[in-house]
Amino acid sequence: MSRRINNIRRLGVLMVVLALFAAACGDDDDTTTTTAAAGGEFVPGPLGFVEVAPGGAIQIRAHQSITGETAPLGTDQVRGVELAIADFGQIHGHDVALGTVEDDGCAAEGGQAGAQAIIAQEGVIGVIGTTCSGAGAAALPVYSDAGMVLISGSNTSPSLTSDLLGTAGDNYHPGYYRTAHNDFFQGGAVARYAYNELEVRTVAAIHDGDPYTEGLASAFRAAFEELGGTVSVFTAVNKGDTDMTAVLTEVAAGAPELVFFPVFQPEGDFVIQQQGGIAGLEDVVWMGADGLKVDDFLVLPETEGMYFSGADLRLDGTAVTGVSYSQFRANYEAAYGEPPVADFHAHTYDATLMLLSAIRDTAFVEDDGTLKIDRQAIRDYLTAVSGFAGLTGTLSCDAFGDCGSAKISVVFHEDPADPQATKTNVVYSEAGGVAG
Amino acid sequence: MTNRRNSMPTLSLAADGPTLSVDAFLFALKVMLLFFAAWSLVGTVALQIDGRGITGPAWRDAIVGGLAQGFMYGLIALGYSMVYGVLGFINFAHGEVFMTGGMAAYFVSDALFDVGMWESAFPAAFLIALISAALVSTVVAVLIERVAYRSLRAAPRLIPLITSIGMSFFLQYAVRGLFGDGFKTVPVLPTALQDRVSIFGLEIEGIKLLVIVTAIVSMVGLWLFVERSRTGRAIRAVAEDKEIAGLMGIDVNRTVVMTFAIGGAMAGVAGMLWAMLFRKVYFLSGFLPGIKAFTAAVLGGIGNLIGAMLGGVTLGVVEAAGPTLLQGLTWSVPTWLAYALGVGAAAMSVLGLLRLRERDARRAGTNLGMIVFGVIGALIAFTKLPGADVYIPGTSQLKDMIAFVVLIGVLMIRPVGLLGERLAVEERG
Repeated sequence: MSRRINNIRRLGVLMVVLALFAAACGDDDDTTTTTAAAGGEFVPGPLGFVEVAPGGAIQIRAHQSITGETAPLGTDQVRGVELAIADFGQIHGHDVALGTVEDDGCAAEGGQAGAQAIIAQEGVIGVIGTTCSGAGAAALPVYSDAGMVLISGSNTSPSLTSDLLGTAGDNYHPGYYRTAHNDFFQGGAVARYAYNELEVRTVAAIHDGDPYTEGLASAFRAAFEELGGTVSVFTAVNKGDTDMTAVLTEVAAGAPELVFFPVFQPEGDFVIQQQGGIAGLEDVVWMGADGLKVDDFLVLPETEGMYFSGADLRLDGTAVTGVSYSQFRANYEAAYGEPPVADFHAHTYDATLMLLSAIRDTAFVEDDGTLKIDRQAIRDYLTAVSGFAGLTGTLSCDAFGDCGSAKISVVFHEDPADPQATKTNVVYSEAGGVAG
Repeated sequence: MTNRRNSMPTLSLAADGPTLSVDAFLFALKVMLLFFAAWSLVGTVALQIDGRGITGPAWRDAIVGGLAQGFMYGLIALGYSMVYGVLGFINFAHGEVFMTGGMAAYFVSDALFDVGMWESAFPAAFLIALISAALVSTVVAVLIERVAYRSLRAAPRLIPLITSIGMSFFLQYAVRGLFGDGFKTVPVLPTALQDRVSIFGLEIEGIKLLVIVTAIVSMVGLWLFVERSRTGRAIRAVAEDKEIAGLMGIDVNRTVVMTFAIGGAMAGVAGMLWAMLFRKVYFLSGFLPGIKAFTAAVLGGIGNLIGAMLGGVTLGVVEAAGPTLLQGLTWSVPTWLAYALGVGAAAMSVLGLLRLRERDARRAGTNLGMIVFGVIGALIAFTKLPGADVYIPGTSQLKDMIAFVVLIGVLMIRPVGLLGERLAVEERG
């Protein structure tokens, strides 16, 4: 008798277990049956979709460097995002909400932490960020796995997209796009300017180990050596170093005519302030990149006579919102009380416009006003962007997410008392790798 | 069983496997460190003679820069050493005491700059800022002693150590909360300090000379105070033996407060000099210098004041000149020298074998190491070493690593530090 009861018990447990399996492995109602009720053809993709209720706001986020020494770079871009949202207006009757801006700290920790914070929030479609490539490399896997898109207006490290010859970069993940240039363009432009215009043949390069600075310095070295020059010293500082005696001694030992140091503040400050104390660097031409092309650095008296590479801001494009670059600058100054402080506000404006256009053009509108936005459709739209009118020019995206118009310029810094004048004092420019 | 144990076979080492391997490994590590250090030094000299080294002025600038940096580390290290001597624990919040001195220096110099005094009467302005920085640091140090450490006087020494770590974080983020996280830029120095000054025939930057002179004056003042004054004698007595000093009528509490105050004052001076030299301070300015000053204190011999200064200067110079010295490894060893080293390694191997016959269990591991690594060393010296081409890119990025490897090396070879420790009677053997 007991054996029969045991058997019945076992059978019962087996049936319960099988039923649980069936429930778990069966199709979810959500993904297949909404269509009939709506009366349309919304077919969700493999990454899921975001639903915006009638009267609700469309959620996008910004992940920028808003504290610390690199705060000017990130704040400048957040303002670009806010102006873009204001200019683009509502999407199918829904407002666009930016929420709280996450800080990327211009380092991998900030990228990781901010990304975790954002993916934990409901219904975020895409993120405009990060400021620094180092943070982007850490944040991108998180966003990519969550199905979101990350569009950057200032990441320039080639490792985040590709080498422009078809090989994906080490840090590439699907769902990444950028309107800033790939640093192969910037490194090449700097090399060509140094070799052809300044006519130097021996140079040194200093980076600080993160993907952006190392990528740019390496691109510069490769291009300069290809032109026939010599890179006598290729070295690095550590972020957080204050004493630059060792690195400057090493650079002086290589007797360069020009030193390219595409680092950030405060390392750049220490280098340029301490180079006067090292013998052998008296006639060296110093050149920085967009990380140092900020007012805080340009006001230092030691920076007089420096060159800076960066994005070319002599922009004449009119964006899809009908706003031209000069109008944008006027709006910026009216809203924030000062002219743009760094290089990438316009690129971030364009990045936001791209995301908002993608949302508007791929959203499925139900009869009651609910929006359904498929995540894969957003990615497909962005990858296929071509001839998009932005402030920074006509944008087209390649397979790895490089959408920028690649306009690079080199400016000369004459007067530390007038940093704004320097930013327009262009001595050389290239567009897409071609001078002029 | 006892019979078996007493009659040892001829080649038994009478020590167990793990001990032997660890001893052998440590021996090999010490030999390797010495070998690479010697190669770097000899290589640097050889490259210099060859004309492939750095110029004389570059050496001068590197060493002067290292001295300036090292004296600042030494001033901070004094605080670590004094507190360890008197209370027996490492005050990890001392780096933050240094940072508050630097922040005070910024605020005072900024105010003086706005008033115009910074440029018109720089010596007076410098002194005002220096004294303010020292005062603020002293107050902070005394406060943390009163708040965090006094009630833990009788606790096992791990407890105040952990408390000091917490205090360090508290100070960092309190400063961040009060003053923000951006870098504060100290006003420009007068041009006289930015130019080079000629002293003893050397051309040194004015500001570095000021840093070195101020540090030396402070250190001499401190030494005189500790050696000659009554309070100094009380500090030394309490450091030697707290109980007996108390029984002798010394107010232990007051002496401990004085210790923290003096250490804090030195850190405040260092903070002012740091602000002058690097012109930027922020809430995390004290973290790395604090760690380096602590290692400098250990390097010189913990508890030993002159040792702290010496350790600081050594660390600073090694940091500044180390990367250049490391380039000495790129000098390819000539064949005759490599063969001589190979012969030496083989000799060491034979010596180890001979010493094994002494059957000294304590040295068994070292002897084993001498044999094994003598053979390996000889093989490498005869085959790979002649004309070896070593290339190290970006040595300046390794400067911190070099400094700490030197520390590890010194402590492995001479654990009490360069000048020997000065410990309280409770801690000595």
